[in-house]
Amino acid sequence: MDFKVALAQIKPKLGCTADNLALIEEKVSAAVKEKADMIVFPELALTGYFLKDLVPDVALSLDSPEIARLTALSGDIAIAIGFVEATSDYRFFNSAIFLDKGEIVHVHRKVYLPTYGLFDEQRYMAQGDRFRAFDTRFGRFGMVICEDLWHLSAPYILAMDRASTIICLSSSPGRGLSDDERLGSTIAWQRLTSTTATFLNARIIYCNRVGYEDGINFWGGSEAIAPCGRSIARAKLMEEDLVFATLSEGELRRERILSPLMRDENLHLTIRELQHIEDKRLIS
Amino acid sequence: MSCLSVNTKLLRKILVNFVREEICKTGLKKGILGLSGGIDSALVVFLAAEALGAENVHAICMPYKTSNPESEAHARLVADACGVNFSVVPITPMVDPYFEMFPDADNMRRGNKMARERMTILFDHSALHSALVLGTSNKTELLLGYGTLFGDMASALNPIGDLYKSQVWQLSEEMEIPREVIDKKPSADLWAGQTDEQELGFTYREVDELMYRMIDLRMTDEELLAENFNAEFIAKIRHKIMSSHFKRRLPIIAKVSNRTIDRDFRYSRDWGK
Repeated sequence: MDFKVALAQIKPKLGCTADNLALIEEKVSAAVKEKADMIVFPELALTGYFLKDLVPDVALSLDSPEIARLTALSGDIAIAIGFVEATSDYRFFNSAIFLDKGEIVHVHRKVYLPTYGLFDEQRYMAQGDRFRAFDTRFGRFGMVICEDLWHLSAPYILAMDRASTIICLSSSPGRGLSDDERLGSTIAWQRLTSTTATFLNARIIYCNRVGYEDGINFWGGSEAIAPCGRSIARAKLMEEDLVFATLSEGELRRERILSPLMRDENLHLTIRELQHIEDKRLIS
Repeated sequence: MSCLSVNTKLLRKILVNFVREEICKTGLKKGILGLSGGIDSALVVFLAAEALGAENVHAICMPYKTSNPESEAHARLVADACGVNFSVVPITPMVDPYFEMFPDADNMRRGNKMARERMTILFDHSALHSALVLGTSNKTELLLGYGTLFGDMASALNPIGDLYKSQVWQLSEEMEIPREVIDKKPSADLWAGQTDEQELGFTYREVDELMYRMIDLRMTDEELLAENFNAEFIAKIRHKIMSSHFKRRLPIIAKVSNRTIDRDFRYSRDWGK
């Protein structure tokens, strides 16, 4: 089915879950008013990004009142949002949940926690261990969080699990100034989302945040990409924004007929060859 | 891929937003800085005026009796050009009585004392105006350690600390800083006729080209030599960066507990903002 998605390019306050929840509710209302079917928020929208030792303090279990509040909000609109998830054995995950019709439909725990350069996620958070597609009333979806998408295998696995729409929640720091009119991180991400969509004949819904944390800017530029790699809607760079994109079932159908890469992809061959590589590594 | 030549429109936007957001999120709305008449503080005051509105920026010129009178004239010119509040607080009455007690002090001690005197004035006026102190050290001098610890290096936030001097010049053109200030030779103005490049023994353009490759691109010495940098120059700059590193870090703390500040007690400064 066709559906209208809202990309909520917000500026969360660092470590202020209650304030961020209020901001999120405001954006949900604005999207509902515009008759959006779904709203996507950035990675760690509920908490801010450079949390460091705040991670355990802002973490929420899936049965917390805050998650219950968000789930209740999903009666009128599907919601994809990032937060710190606490488990009963006190692990903390950089997680994303997909909520719809008052239910938690899916939880993704970030697998690839960047711990290099300006990043330090694995110091504070536990690694997720799977990529799984899930069914929604809009079709079959997959969710990844920021760095996950830079690992080719992540969207590939989701596509093999028959996802035709991949949501990517992001908190991408702006860096790499050159003489180009865009930052290096903007150029790289725009290339990545478009290429991933093209390789997998899948839509990419990318939501990034804005604002500054300790001098580090987040560049925004949230975007919806059609399965052919074309940008359908793009939010402003470095400013708060709420943009809408209508994703068409017809366009997905036509792209998959024009370019049946996913139909022809040989999953068995891939698994066999990867198995072979793993076996070789084990003995070498 | 970043490079020394930058898109100044994009850079301007990032830095203006940085000043506005990082000040406003503290609940304040004003900035204060020392205006020397040189290009670094001129650039910062232009950025601050654009970010906060000229009426919310206080620029203070703090000359010593041996400072070149042209410096104060240039500071005034810059303040007038961007419309910020401008005042002059001479430091001679504070500095001279001190050195009457230590008449043998060399130029370095005198220069450092003056830089720290200016710092205390800025932080005092910070409280007076409820304004945050804006730093004006660029990446070149921060890496070389060409600044006074707790003096001109002290600030609440620094918009140009990740800009090499060459990039300061580029952005200054974009922001239309008065020509006289862009064109004059950089000087700490510690004594008559002093210029930075004379004192350092190389030009900012030369050292920026080297440090950009050494630091930003992480080139090896072999690669730097292949790019025609002189081995002695490479060694000298590497040494300067290493030996001044203490200036770029907080004081080290002897660890005895399980949670030591900055070691395993780690929070962003924007915690709760």
